[in-house]
Amino acid sequence: MKNTSSINIFLKEVGDTSGFGWRFLTQWFRPRYEIKEFIKQCYIIGYKSLPLIGLTGFIMGLVLTMQLRPTMVDYGVESQIPAIVGIAIIREIGPVITALIFAGKIGSSIGAELGSMKVTEQIDAMEVSGTNPFKYLVVSRILATTFMLPILVILSDTISLYGAYLGVNIRNVTSFQLFWIQVFDSLSFNDVLPAFIKTYFFGFVVGLIGCYKGYNSNKGTEGVGKSANSAVVVSSVLIFIIDLLAVQITDLLGFN
Amino acid sequence: MIENDHDNNIVLRIRNLNKAFGDNKVLSDFNLELYKNQNIVVLGKSGSGKSVLIKCIIGLLKPDSGSIEIFNKNSLDLNTEELDKIRAKIGFLFQSNALYDSMTVRDNLEFPLRRHWINYSQDEIQKMVVQALTDVQLAHTIDMMPVELSGGMRKRIALARTLILKPEIILYDEPTTGLDPITGKEIINLMVEIKNKYNTASLIISHDIKCVKYASDNVIILLEGKCYASGKYEELILSKDEKVKQFFE
Repeated sequence: MKNTSSINIFLKEVGDTSGFGWRFLTQWFRPRYEIKEFIKQCYIIGYKSLPLIGLTGFIMGLVLTMQLRPTMVDYGVESQIPAIVGIAIIREIGPVITALIFAGKIGSSIGAELGSMKVTEQIDAMEVSGTNPFKYLVVSRILATTFMLPILVILSDTISLYGAYLGVNIRNVTSFQLFWIQVFDSLSFNDVLPAFIKTYFFGFVVGLIGCYKGYNSNKGTEGVGKSANSAVVVSSVLIFIIDLLAVQITDLLGFN
Repeated sequence: MIENDHDNNIVLRIRNLNKAFGDNKVLSDFNLELYKNQNIVVLGKSGSGKSVLIKCIIGLLKPDSGSIEIFNKNSLDLNTEELDKIRAKIGFLFQSNALYDSMTVRDNLEFPLRRHWINYSQDEIQKMVVQALTDVQLAHTIDMMPVELSGGMRKRIALARTLILKPEIILYDEPTTGLDPITGKEIINLMVEIKNKYNTASLIISHDIKCVKYASDNVIILLEGKCYASGKYEELILSKDEKVKQFFE
């Protein structure tokens, strides 16, 4: 009985989230365009996330290189470290780790902000003031996360590779030029494009789940906390599911 | 002729309004008429459907049946754009004030001016913001954030935001709840002052007897979703009906 109830709740949540996503898809291209709010959100979501994304990206590249090195030395392929690290960061680790950090920072803040606006009647006040709160708050945020995450991933990947360069040079000496030549020689269009495209979906999911949880928040301040928390948990799980689907699709399309 | 004048003076007419949430019937055949320059206080216990009533009026909730005529137009038949035009003539003071936390007082007041599809110049907007803040004696808070203000000040700012579009009807949702008695009395005085200065009609949702006593021209007692009794404050306090008496004891 309890299991049936949990399944019902889960299915209802999936249905409601899909309905929310559909509402976004049918509304984002219709006027009134909230361009000012979109730009403001791009600044908050993109620019203000840069220090965190940059720092974690740098550490990620550095640590990955240092962890990889002993095994590569054992197999006698130490010279291939830049190539392997480059592929790992560009294809998988960069997009996924950046998206997870993004979900933690932005997903939770959107969930908490909209949740707090909901319980303090600010969303109702917007509606009364001649504003479609869905377009003003939700559409602008989902578009901002969708367009900002790919840019953040490119920056994070680049900073990560700088970290990897430092990691290579801790025990060895490799010129800056040689490192980058090795990285770019190992990468092809098939590595970069699918990885780049999937980041749009990661960004969309972070925005969608954050907005959905916040916009449908209830039960006062307790509900705000829950919205923020579940926004991070659900969007993180969905990032992995999208990643899984993306790898299957790219495999089917012959990109691997 | 007298009948016509009587009708022309009605700014809000509610007929047979019904609203239920599942099995819980909140409003049941509720009727109300609000005239120009009249303050009606709807008195009721917590959870009696008072807030649901004004949320139906402003279009935040959709009633199950009945009609809500605002300036002789049934608001339930209007599309989004028409409803927005009607809403521009209605001020709504939320119980929680609903000030936008991320905006300054100035931006909070400018928000409805910029959003209602009415073209004001920057100078006009500036003048209207200053005037609205002056009306509530808080002109000095213009560049402050809502979090920096006290509860009473926030209520006044919310009232200034409600007034900025010079509404013909103002809906007050529990305007004195959560305020100390002195600040509560100041807000009541302000409500009376606004009515006299701008000739607005107001529907005040409250369970505060002071608010009923000082701000009402007429009182409606909402019980079990129906208009149980109505009349002037002076008449209702003399009522022998136990259910009416409990509100004034």
